[in-house]
Amino acid sequence: MNITVKVWRQKDANSKGNFESYKLNDITPDSSFLEMMDVLNEQLLAEGKEPVAYDHDCREGICGMCSMFINGRAHGPDTEITTCQLHMRKFKDGDTITVEPWRSGGFPIIKDLMVDRSAYDKILQAGGYISVNTGGVPDANAIPISKEASDEAMDAATCIGCGACVATCKNSSAMLFVAAKVSQLALLPQGKVEATRRAKAMIARMDELGFGNCTNTGACEVECPKGISITHIARLNREFLCAAVKE
Amino acid sequence: MTTLNSKIPEGPLAEKWNNYKAHQKLVNPSNKRKIDIIVVGTGLAGASAAASFGELGFQVKSFCYQDSPRRAHSIAAQGGINAAKNYPNDGDTIYRLFYDTIKGGDYKAREANVYRLATVSNDIIDQSVAQGIPFAREYGGLLANRSFGGAQVSRTFYARGQTGQQLLLGAYGALNRQIEAGTVKIYNRTEMMDLVIIDGKARGIVTRNLITGKIESHFGHAVVLATGGYGNLFFLSTNAMGSNGSAAWQAYKKGAFFANPCFVQIHPTCIPVHGDFQSKLTLMSESLRNDGRIWVPKNKEDAEAIRAGKLKPTEIPEENRDYYLERRYPAFGNLVPRDVASRAAKERCDAGYGVGTGKAVYLDFKSAIERLGEDKIRERYGNLFQMYEKIVDENPYKTPMMIYPAIHYTMGGIWVDYELMTTIPGLYAAGEANFSDHGANRLGASALMQGLADGYFVLPYTIQNYLADEIHTPRMNPAEVKEFKDAEEQVKNRIDKLMNIKGNRTVDSIHKELGHIMWEHVGMARTKEGLTEGIEKIRALRDVFWKEVKIPGTANGINLELEKANRLADFLELGELMARDALHREESCGGHFREEYQTEEGEALRNDKDFMYAAAWEYTGDHANPKLNKEILKYENIEVKVRNYK
Ligand SMILES: Cc1cc2nc3c(=O)[nH]c(=O)nc-3n(C[C@H](O)[C@H](O)[C@H](O)COP(=O)(O)OP(=O)(O)OC[C@H]3O[C@@H](n4cnc5c(N)ncnc54)[C@H](O)[C@@H]3O)c2cc1C
Ligand code: SF4
Ligand code: FES
Repeated sequence: MNITVKVWRQKDANSKGNFESYKLNDITPDSSFLEMMDVLNEQLLAEGKEPVAYDHDCREGICGMCSMFINGRAHGPDTEITTCQLHMRKFKDGDTITVEPWRSGGFPIIKDLMVDRSAYDKILQAGGYISVNTGGVPDANAIPISKEASDEAMDAATCIGCGACVATCKNSSAMLFVAAKVSQLALLPQGKVEATRRAKAMIARMDELGFGNCTNTGACEVECPKGISITHIARLNREFLCAAVKE
Repeated sequence: MTTLNSKIPEGPLAEKWNNYKAHQKLVNPSNKRKIDIIVVGTGLAGASAAASFGELGFQVKSFCYQDSPRRAHSIAAQGGINAAKNYPNDGDTIYRLFYDTIKGGDYKAREANVYRLATVSNDIIDQSVAQGIPFAREYGGLLANRSFGGAQVSRTFYARGQTGQQLLLGAYGALNRQIEAGTVKIYNRTEMMDLVIIDGKARGIVTRNLITGKIESHFGHAVVLATGGYGNLFFLSTNAMGSNGSAAWQAYKKGAFFANPCFVQIHPTCIPVHGDFQSKLTLMSESLRNDGRIWVPKNKEDAEAIRAGKLKPTEIPEENRDYYLERRYPAFGNLVPRDVASRAAKERCDAGYGVGTGKAVYLDFKSAIERLGEDKIRERYGNLFQMYEKIVDENPYKTPMMIYPAIHYTMGGIWVDYELMTTIPGLYAAGEANFSDHGANRLGASALMQGLADGYFVLPYTIQNYLADEIHTPRMNPAEVKEFKDAEEQVKNRIDKLMNIKGNRTVDSIHKELGHIMWEHVGMARTKEGLTEGIEKIRALRDVFWKEVKIPGTANGINLELEKANRLADFLELGELMARDALHREESCGGHFREEYQTEEGEALRNDKDFMYAAAWEYTGDHANPKLNKEILKYENIEVKVRNYK
């Protein structure tokens, strides 16, 4: 198939960016979106131009590194997948495809399609864990956990930290991301112990880092490649309210 | 010259680790604060080590090339992690896990290390549960297990098809906690470029900041490399795009021996290659072999008709299917180890029974769905089936999956002793980067176990035995130390050299060519002639690279082509060492199959008389041949046999 890609080009964090259009011929529908981007980059190299910088690593939808806004949607037109899992068969011959970086104050652009998501790490550093040291823990089967709770914790734990929720949210809120971690750990007896403290610390850090408030538009849930549900936000709010009450 | 001393502790096998811990040196709490440890890599091995060192009170610097430690390649591991818990009461013991691992590795691993691994495997599961890892559970609330290849017990713990993700996020959580506590400082998007040695000891590293391009030095009283495997040498593999062998290779060139580089694992169940633009191969977890049955058509005409698109697999009746693993290996069936399953697939395809492009076999869930229902299968493998469908555009609940072997894991790596120390004092290697526990073939679900064993339960002890003598070494300021400045200079020169080639070949085009050479000559079936020819071709390609590679832009900022070129330059050297190692090993074992050495039935034929050793290669200069050192393997607790899965 023959396509045109309109890509955001930006030299570095401080430069002003702009769109550039490139024509690509003979792209096979079976290739992935990033393989199409590889072809584009080989073409740019052949023309003596600088290739488009974008983040990616695992190319199987799990590392959370790839991050592109494609035709106005985080991770492109398909549902519950990341950009690296998107295939060209989802587009038509002759299409013009617009590719932009995540746009959010919390994730500054570094170059072209690459953004800085270290704010996510900082939120988790504030408390996205259970405070146990290595060794000296009880036997793994000492505390039975219901299959339902464990499965629901797993649903939340599948968050890949990609940032699509923030990029999609009109308030740039990181609520879905934070809720996924708070909820996972609050659902398990091991994590319950410090659940309230955790929720409070993570939300405080999120606010500090300039992410917006959640107004329950639910847009994040729709674009989340892992189908993380906004019911986790409700659980987060419960934990957070507990924290407020206890104060 | 360095001699190999594996430092195996005294005493009976089951007591060695306890004896070691009872007698090793420790660093007292007030001295720990004065000691810096560098950990390169934030995968399971690196993150667990860095977090544990931090908890103990050491000052840790942790490095990764991704934008966050959570994105290390370990995140992609799917199927599970082994442990000898024996929760299912099906006869598992520490000894059995040890035995299976040694046998699975075709008797090429060190007994004492593997026994320790099996011992601490149970602690890993306890630790992970305490961290809130949502492993699969039964309705009664206790942990569930599944089976993996090469074992007759169910000892694999799993979190859907995302076990690596969950374990890594656990270790990343522990790391985050230490970052918050100030014991660990994290350097994201930072690539190690060289190792710095002062007075014979590892003292730090030189890095490149991948955003600013800045070359910097970091001091450590000890350095741990947990930088993963080098499977990407083959261009197409199941590894993440950035996985590389460079840190290990820099260490090799500074004096760390590189062991068994030719032991590469080819995973039997990957989605087949679809075309020239393909950038990577996707693994379909081995856990699928619990319920999936592997087959090709019994009749060549059927295979031809399928390839021509005239026949569908679902139209082939049961009696015309060849479940070749069940036929050849009735005792283990579809759960034979990976090397055996991969070779059997290749054998069928080479003989003309392949489907798809001819290089594929079926993995069929029909009988499992009939037996258990579609829901049960969805619960067990839902995300894998979804992944398959997204890539191939076929519904595996309705039609069998197509799979083919692909490069997946490297058993070879930096040689380490019992303490995980390399031949350079103060330099350690952990996880896939070292050569230690898997011999010539790794069993499924054992890499996660090994990475976490190394990081949580081995290094935090063994490194203290070394650091106890380092408490009087003051922290160094690299800006004032000649060795650091020299190393920085060398790194800058290498980058300048790469930038100034200004040729007309792209990095990827050369890397793809290297991949083809490797697959053809150093792949699943190797011969003396093929390997010799391969070495010539790799050398010729290396010359092409250094004359013709094209890197646009500058080195003072983000330059993805430069990053790739730098890694490829090392692969072009490591590839030759791999081929040499394969050439010297005149036997077949595990993932290393030499066509000259096979039984009449086509099984691997070992030569224990001449090759019962780990080959540890020593760098002797860019234009000199590497020197072979041998660690003779002694089996005192296991009877060495011909591996038999029949
Ligand atoms: C698709 C897939 C599925 C798998 N499934 C399983 C499974 O089910 N069970 C199992 O046991 N094993 C599995 N494995 C194998 C297992 O995942 C790996 O062997 C293991 O995770 C390796 O961990 P590691 O910590 O050694 O290295 P990695 O996780 O590869 O981490 C390497 C780290 O080093 C860093 N790094 C590398 N080079 C540099 C450099 N020069 N400078 C700075 N940083 C650097 C990287 O940034 C990264 O943080 C699977 C592997 C793959 C590819
Ligand atoms: S919640 Fe979903 S969209 Fe947000 S970071 Fe996690 S996986 Fe990405
Ligand atoms: S590249 Fe890893 S999720 Fe897309």
